[in-house]
Amino acid sequence: MIVPLLRRLGQTAFVLFGISALVFLVFFATPGADPTARIAGRNASPQTMEKVRKEYGFDRPLPVQYATMMKKLFITQDLASYVDRGELVVPEIIRAAPVTVSLVGGAALIWIALSITMGTIAAALKGTWIDRSLMMIGLVGISIPVFWLGQVTNLITQSRYHDTWLFSWVPGLGYVPLTENPWGWFKALIIPWAVLAVMFIGIYSRVLRADLVALAGEDFMRTARAKGLSPTRVLLRHGLRTSMITFVSLFGLDFAQLVGGGALLTEVVFGLPGVGRLTYQALTNLDLPLIMATVMYSAVFVVLANAVVDILYLFLDPRVRDAR
Amino acid sequence: MPVNPTPPALDPTPLLEVRNFSVSVQSRGTVLPLVENVSFTIGAQDIVGLVGESGSGKSVTAMALMGLIDSPGVSITGSARFKGQELVGLPDRQMRRLRGREIAMIFQDPMTAFTPVYTVGWQIDEQIRTHERLSRKQARARTVELLAEMGVPDPTRMADRYPHQLSGGLRQRAMIAMALSCNPSLLIADEPTTALDVTVQAQILDLIRGLRSRYGSSVLFITHDMGVVAETCDATLVLYSGRIAETGRTEALFAQPSHPYTAALLASIPPLDGVRPARLPAIAGAPPAPQDRPPGCAFGPRCAFVHAACQTNPPPPLINTGLHHQAACLLPAEGHALPQHQPVASPLS
Amino acid sequence: MTAKPLSVGPWQQAWRALLRNPSALVALAVLAFMVLASLLAPVYAHHIAKVDPFTSNVAGSILVNGQAVDIMQPNDNPLHLGLSPIGPTGHAAYLLGADSQGRDVAARLLYGGRNSLLISASAAVICLVLAAIAGIAAGFFGGLVDSILSRMMDIMWAVPVYLFAISLSIVTVSQGLHIGPFVIEADNLLIPIVIIALVYVPYAARPIRGRVLALRQAEFVTASRCLGVPQWRIVLYDILPNVMTTLVVMGPLLMALALLAESALSFLSIGVQAPAASWGTIIQDGEGLIYTRPMVAIAPGLAIVIVVLALNILGDGLRDALDVRDAARRSS
Ligand SMILES: Nc1ncnc2c1ncn2[C@@H]1O[C@H](COP(=O)(O)OP(=O)(O)O)[C@@H](O)[C@H]1O
Ligand SMILES: [Mg+2]
Repeated sequence: MIVPLLRRLGQTAFVLFGISALVFLVFFATPGADPTARIAGRNASPQTMEKVRKEYGFDRPLPVQYATMMKKLFITQDLASYVDRGELVVPEIIRAAPVTVSLVGGAALIWIALSITMGTIAAALKGTWIDRSLMMIGLVGISIPVFWLGQVTNLITQSRYHDTWLFSWVPGLGYVPLTENPWGWFKALIIPWAVLAVMFIGIYSRVLRADLVALAGEDFMRTARAKGLSPTRVLLRHGLRTSMITFVSLFGLDFAQLVGGGALLTEVVFGLPGVGRLTYQALTNLDLPLIMATVMYSAVFVVLANAVVDILYLFLDPRVRDAR
Repeated sequence: MPVNPTPPALDPTPLLEVRNFSVSVQSRGTVLPLVENVSFTIGAQDIVGLVGESGSGKSVTAMALMGLIDSPGVSITGSARFKGQELVGLPDRQMRRLRGREIAMIFQDPMTAFTPVYTVGWQIDEQIRTHERLSRKQARARTVELLAEMGVPDPTRMADRYPHQLSGGLRQRAMIAMALSCNPSLLIADEPTTALDVTVQAQILDLIRGLRSRYGSSVLFITHDMGVVAETCDATLVLYSGRIAETGRTEALFAQPSHPYTAALLASIPPLDGVRPARLPAIAGAPPAPQDRPPGCAFGPRCAFVHAACQTNPPPPLINTGLHHQAACLLPAEGHALPQHQPVASPLS
Repeated sequence: MTAKPLSVGPWQQAWRALLRNPSALVALAVLAFMVLASLLAPVYAHHIAKVDPFTSNVAGSILVNGQAVDIMQPNDNPLHLGLSPIGPTGHAAYLLGADSQGRDVAARLLYGGRNSLLISASAAVICLVLAAIAGIAAGFFGGLVDSILSRMMDIMWAVPVYLFAISLSIVTVSQGLHIGPFVIEADNLLIPIVIIALVYVPYAARPIRGRVLALRQAEFVTASRCLGVPQWRIVLYDILPNVMTTLVVMGPLLMALALLAESALSFLSIGVQAPAASWGTIIQDGEGLIYTRPMVAIAPGLAIVIVVLALNILGDGLRDALDVRDAARRSS
């Protein structure tokens, strides 16, 4: 168990380095304009430009620039936004993180519960119209752009049908911290959760069904039936439990990507001040340090989360535990 | 001489009596027979061998008896009476009560036959607790006891191992322990030793042979290896392309095969002692798939004695060639019995 | 050389299977209709609606039932403060109403479809080509090439797709791209195309690599190697035709992803640049009007849903038609 663990850690360190280098290169070595101008923002004065050049070492070789940037991002954490009058970027991201985690966490619960239900039912009733309709619903879910779905939901719940009993409880757009008002937090997030979950319900239920159907031909499923177990027990305890291995690894990747900024579009349409919306604001202001910081932190988060998932995998799949 | 001889058992109703059992599958509008008109009887504590090349329908027969075939378009006809109860058409709920408790099955590949994410012990406990009201503890005690009886060393610890952590032989022992966990009257073993290496194979065969005295179980032993049949089975059923080619008590059938296919199979057994021939005679060609069976005898195209009468429908019926001994071949009826003890070396080559 | 597992036969067979699949046929028809409709965008704009969908027209008016109606109309609120663009008219001109700059939404929808479909299709093709090169190289040559490529993919994989695309867009959207003497303007469609193609390469390359790894062990490839057939020939004549099925199945699915990505980037104003339109930019235009003139955002969104759904259904149909895996699955 120790060897695969160490190997995984080594891989993680390598990917972390690679990803920081990649993000750095995208932002500062893309052929085109001077990075100084990009950081300083539009119409910056020559003094500011000079200051930026010194601060980031843009007059020195690339590796030095890279080291400077990493130091400012992760060690001194004093990367400042020029567009936003010297606002420190890293604390801003840390303040926004709980919003994103609330949004993605709730959506994840919804999509796990619904996709497992839908996928399992579809697999159990394979070939029937119920199976076909569930899978078609899933496909439609995959095909809807999340930001558009959010807008349409807003139109219905905030405007057109807001005065009916069905949606009169819906609060205005925005976020309520859990610590302040748990019920308000729930009411503010339930619709964004559902909207964010739609696509993933589609993906996961379809993946799960395909997995369960493929498993049905496996020898151990036949053994389970030959033991005299009920079809439900065979499907759930043997089929579903085995499918969970792929399910969890997929989930880990998606969850990490969403927390790391993938929920940006949902945050924007629902006015939730999370990391994604921070990125969006930075985007509209062309606030390069902020964007780079969010991307860098997200990527680091995703890499670390993937490592955690892989370690979780060791516990879920006894075969991986002592393999290799 | 009775047409359907009952074995000389004291018990008037045999454990399993299969009559005209057929399995067919409907595909693209045509009905494809996988297994046709198979009849046999298994008495109490009998070991009956079902032999045939791969693809001859052995597994399909076993799975159909267990009610485990659920692919759409498969229809099962005929009769299979187990302790007097008709299995064909039995509702799944009742079938489930028999499965694992009265009729248990072990499979060819112990590698993939256990669910990979549970311990072996958990899976045996599960079967016990499905059929009997036992606590977890009691079930585990029985599991450990069974594993010990199957010759698994250190059974308490082995029960907590995952399938991939056991060797093939141990896994097959655990599989047999699981099959026996509810004292079934009938054990269907589908090529239980094929995936194992030779020494382990001999041990597992010993184990299966001992079952009838230790547990009083009958066994339907499926294999493609005539040598294993000779060592293990009381009666033998030779299946060729979904049809019975020959059936009889094992000694009689081995002493005087009446179907050229059986004779050819026997000729291909490696001798147990003495010098091994450099090359074993094998039957040239392969058995036809269900969709390309020729008219008449399905073995015709590979048979050294084939003649025009063999190639007309319907296929030759089973005729008696001795006490409890039948063959689906025209030769005995035409008065040309196969030359005795003459190894039929590669009839076609 | 031994017969290759794929020749003309399987493709014809797959085509026939696809023709037997009614939902895939409907999907194909829908896609064909959408492509045709967007190709006819100029005809619609100039000859049917008689509007200019690219210039602001806030002061203009149109004839509805013989009467001149202002495109920007007073709001419905009690004080009639502010102006809203005209809603769906039900006539050829401004069929779906106007956006906040007084431009015909229906005409922009068709022009936007051109860009959305062009970008997503080209991105899917480029992505497949890049992924095929990377996947085949990694899978066929193995060893160091595989290690390097796979690690690169791991790294790209770790950045959330949209963040990656946003990062690439933000550095190109303000000044364009200057590579030596070549200048790609910021509003060039190549920029979103290449960005979207790039970010999905790891997703597409992984299954291709897996397929090639399996093929490398296959008998006919080993046979070719033993016969001393040069590697490029093996890749071209043995590997590529067999990877083709995977590519064909991935094509529509990737285009669906690309279309969603394009609309998201355009919605964030870093995809297609004004005054050009794409379905994403029209949704962005409609965001401010969502409560008053929801049709501006709803129409392009529906167009996206329909096309993406059709692509997904087509992809599923192709997978079913081309898949050979399930056929081999039988109990022994
Ligand atoms: N569900 C099925 N549908 C169609 N054909 C099948 C099915 N299951 C098995 N077969 C065919 O039936 C024949 C007998 O198979 P099987 O009983 O597994 O042979 P074996 O004697 O090796 O166990 C094979 O030709 C196989 O392809
Ligand atoms: Mg078999």
